[in-house]
Amino acid sequence: MLALLKRDLVLATRAGGGFGLGVAFFLILCALVPFGVGPQTEALRPIAPGILWVGALLACLLSLDRIFALDHEDGSLDLLATAPLPLEGGVAVKALAHWLTTSLPLIVAAPVFGLLLHLPGKAVPWLIISLLVGTPALSVLGAFGAAITVGLRRGGLLLSLLVLPLYIPTLIFGTEIVRRGMEGGDPITPMLFLAGISAAVVALVPFAAAAALRVNLR
Amino acid sequence: MTLLRVRDLAVARGGMRVVENVSFTLDAGTALILRGPNGIGKTSLLRTLAGLQPSVGGMMEHAEDAVAYAAHADGLKPALTAAENLKFWSSIFGGGAVGPALAAMDLLSLADRPAASLSAGQKRRLGLARLLVTGRSIWMLDEPTVSLDAHSVALFAKVVRDHLVAGGAAIMATHIDLGLSEAETLDLEPFRAQPGQMSAPAGFNEAFA
Repeated sequence: MLALLKRDLVLATRAGGGFGLGVAFFLILCALVPFGVGPQTEALRPIAPGILWVGALLACLLSLDRIFALDHEDGSLDLLATAPLPLEGGVAVKALAHWLTTSLPLIVAAPVFGLLLHLPGKAVPWLIISLLVGTPALSVLGAFGAAITVGLRRGGLLLSLLVLPLYIPTLIFGTEIVRRGMEGGDPITPMLFLAGISAAVVALVPFAAAAALRVNLR
Repeated sequence: MTLLRVRDLAVARGGMRVVENVSFTLDAGTALILRGPNGIGKTSLLRTLAGLQPSVGGMMEHAEDAVAYAAHADGLKPALTAAENLKFWSSIFGGGAVGPALAAMDLLSLADRPAASLSAGQKRRLGLARLLVTGRSIWMLDEPTVSLDAHSVALFAKVVRDHLVAGGAAIMATHIDLGLSEAETLDLEPFRAQPGQMSAPAGFNEAFA
């Protein structure tokens, strides 16, 4: 399992691996919003949590189709399926690699990008915590979508259509945490919901994704 | 010692039965070469035996984690070097050393080259060297000699022979003569699925699996 994780991380950081694409996309999105809605604090501040979360979600989506598509193309997926490593474990490891290469850089960069949107300082810790708790669910759900669409030509768009609706609960509670943190409310309740969603997704969805992969490998 | 036993196996491709009633046994130290025209189901049979797709009838038995499968795609990452590719598969399968495998397929001089810069034949050799690092006893090979030159085919035949001598077994679909005189041949033509003979649709499990 460690070998698979290490390989995916190496592949992501070598030429053509797409490492940093998500962060760059996130930056552009956060930089575009003030152009669109105007740079005034009173216009940007109320929408900052939502923009940051939607941005993180879309940035996460960018690299989802790479999770299995490349391995399917070059035959690695067949070989992984015959390996002693259970496919469920392989899915979980690949989702973890996706989280480390896509979501973790986003989380690190999010406070800086929050400045662009006039996110107040007291909301920044909640932004980081909500992303830390919520993004694992995004990666695992994305791996599920990628497993369903693996082997389809131009499956990327279908993948987005399948996965984005599944992201809604995470988005609602993630944004709510930041908003309450910003307005001095109680962020703990949405935090518990978000943690619950992430825990359930991380525990259960790899099995669904592995089942989808097995069907697609035939 | 029998490594693989297959009885009355039926295999489907895309929900259609292609071959049925296939029976054979594969003992340690033997090789079986599958022959038959295009579309007869050699690949489907190998994928079924490797556990990548469910059979639609009959039975097969082999020890768990005994199969190494190699098909048209070599499972190589272009961004990794030849040695890194092998090292990855070795650690995934918990198998053997990378150096001897590279040497066996005459790849030592290419070990540090990224797989992207290898020629088609060199990639193929690297893909076949992977079999050596899996440490698995039954090799299932689908057209292993595609894009290999005569020298590499001989090299590969030697690798297979060494594997057989060491107590392994191999089953392969190939159209060319590998020069493995000890290998048996199984022609799949007589096992072609008869339309209408079985009333149950082959893809019945599709909805539930």
